[in-house]
Amino acid sequence: MAPVVRFRSAVALLGRFPALAGVDLEVGAGEVVLLQGANGAGKTTLLRACAGLVQVVSGQAEVLGHDLLRDRRTVRRSVGLLGHTGTLYDDLSVEDNVRFAVRAGGGDVAAVKPAMARLGVDGRLRTISVARLSAGQRRRVAIAALAARAPALWLLDEPHAGLDAEGRDLLDGLVRSAVTAGATVLLASHEAERASALAGRTAVIGGGRVLQRDAVHVA
Amino acid sequence: MSEPAGRAGPERPFERTTLSEPAGRAGPERPFERTTGRERPTPATARSTGGPGTTLLGAAAWLGLATTVVLGWRLPPTREQGPYARLIAIHPPLAWAAYLAFGVCAVASALWLWKRTRAPRWDRLAVSSAETGVVFCALTLVTGSIWGRPTWGVWWTWDARLTSTALLLALFLGYLALRRVAYDPEARARRSAVAALIAVADVPIVHFSVDWWRTLHQGRSLAQISPQSDLDGSYVSVMLLGFCAMTLMYAWLVVHRCQVEAMEEALESEGLDVALEERRAEADVARAGV
Amino acid sequence: MWRDAMLVAGKDLRIEARSRVATNQVAPFAIVILVLFGFALDPDRGVLGRASAGLFWVAVLLSSLLAVQRSFAVEAGDGAADGLRLSGLDPAGVFLGKAAAVAAQLALLQVVLAIGIVVLYDADLGGPVLLVATCAAATVGLAAAGTVYGVLAAGLKVRETLLPLLLLPVVAPVLLSATRAWEAGMGISVDDGWRWAQLLAVFAVVYVTLGVLAFGALLEES
Repeated sequence: MAPVVRFRSAVALLGRFPALAGVDLEVGAGEVVLLQGANGAGKTTLLRACAGLVQVVSGQAEVLGHDLLRDRRTVRRSVGLLGHTGTLYDDLSVEDNVRFAVRAGGGDVAAVKPAMARLGVDGRLRTISVARLSAGQRRRVAIAALAARAPALWLLDEPHAGLDAEGRDLLDGLVRSAVTAGATVLLASHEAERASALAGRTAVIGGGRVLQRDAVHVA
Repeated sequence: MSEPAGRAGPERPFERTTLSEPAGRAGPERPFERTTGRERPTPATARSTGGPGTTLLGAAAWLGLATTVVLGWRLPPTREQGPYARLIAIHPPLAWAAYLAFGVCAVASALWLWKRTRAPRWDRLAVSSAETGVVFCALTLVTGSIWGRPTWGVWWTWDARLTSTALLLALFLGYLALRRVAYDPEARARRSAVAALIAVADVPIVHFSVDWWRTLHQGRSLAQISPQSDLDGSYVSVMLLGFCAMTLMYAWLVVHRCQVEAMEEALESEGLDVALEERRAEADVARAGV
Repeated sequence: MWRDAMLVAGKDLRIEARSRVATNQVAPFAIVILVLFGFALDPDRGVLGRASAGLFWVAVLLSSLLAVQRSFAVEAGDGAADGLRLSGLDPAGVFLGKAAAVAAQLALLQVVLAIGIVVLYDADLGGPVLLVATCAAATVGLAAAGTVYGVLAAGLKVRETLLPLLLLPVVAPVLLSATRAWEAGMGISVDDGWRWAQLLAVFAVVYVTLGVLAFGALLEES
């Protein structure tokens, strides 16, 4: 079976800065891979490149069978990126936000309510503008939108940041059930303990390259 | 940086970056530039933006222009406009050069956008031509104004052609302003190519609306006192010479401006090679720590 | 494409309905412009009445700048522009949806302004068919051109200052044509107003087509 993510000497630029300086990485279907590395190592850019947001300019990069050098648009319907900032509309209600994300991604609207309930952003919060939520609650809404879209590849950039203990457990549970349902997960996290409990293996990133592809977990 | 196989044309990220600046500014006045990227790329391109061909072109352009001015000065004053009629040696050729430049800019932008012909040189040609065109266009309006003052009694008149030309100048000033802000070279080339084309699509609409507006409201009063009314052969021949000279001048300026742009890109791409090396060295340091 | 357009238009209009920027800020701004014209052109000498068509369209143009800026400001906040690209929506659909939402707001604004010039300038809105047809064509053209230039300037730090410089010269023919058509419709001039309305329609078709073709390329790069 073809790998879900396949990067070979992939270079990506942010402006004139080579954030990815030749990445080699392969992630198979159903894997959960943790990206570890110092600040500025290139983790976020790698995730954004997988989502087709950052152009890979040389080398090879394939995600879910799409060649990202040639076309980085079609892949987007099948991946879900949880970034540092949520991709939420401040003036829309919680439910409208989740619903828009699901409908835009061509997902099933029936998944909206269960996902919101699972993250605890239903009930009283349902019709409130996202602008009025706390940072942690916004995070939960963004995760609910992601879960409701049910993408084939989950790209999680510091997913635990800003969440309380309950929220973190909820997220971990979601990731596990997504993998059971056949999804692949790539996550970057500084929460080494929690993240490595989730991940099957760890790739260490530094200087815009993958230094070690299957590091042993140091719990 | 070695160009990866199979990616020759369309996306060349290591080319082209900074704002358009005169060639002489590469040195110490750029405090924020990476020191390592400061040297000029190769001696061949470093010394000058020209070569024997451009020298010849430049000489021909200046000679043509000088001849036009001298002959224009010796033209007999006309009955209607007196000495100002001599501006015909310069003014229509300037307008022609401006339209030519904007047309070239549009064609080059289209060639850049079309995937099969996409190459950085089209982007360079587009910006060079637009900049040159803006200069010619501004000079057209200035000479027109100087001509209009004694002839029509006003500096500015809402003549259809004058108004369209002023709007054209505004469109391309916007284009140049856009070029000066976008950061990523690829993104800038794309944005500005699209901007050039959507600006050019406006030109016929501007032309029609302004033309109808003026002809409907005040008739062709201006056309009646147009300079064509009492021209003799000497006027026409000097004006034709002016057309040739101005076309050569345009070509000469664009060739040099393109070369400046190419040199800046080479400079930037050198800076990028260094940046990539440094980034990889970071990886080695991090690897040692693992 | 149409499904995506509906989705985006619905989303943008829902945001406007909840935030009320168009009704609470843009519309009052347009009325303030009308009042300022009253100060600048002495109301007693009848200049206002004769110039009312032109003043109306100048106010529409200036307000449309705000509407376009707002349309892209809601995307830029908190990484939502990423969201638009990540969603995998068809770019042509995104363009049509955003342009439709801007057009809807401009239409509302024109109603407010039309009432404004009737009340403030004592304008006589005869020939309503021509006036409405002009509004429809001009609105589509303004929204399309505005959305194209909005995405061109979006994401740039100088977008607030750049957008007027880019957009106003391009929509100058809209101002010219719509004003002439309205003057004809209002009986101020004896021009053939329909000819101007046709030119407006051509402008609308050109910029809707360009937007559909170019929006993908402009949304892609970041």
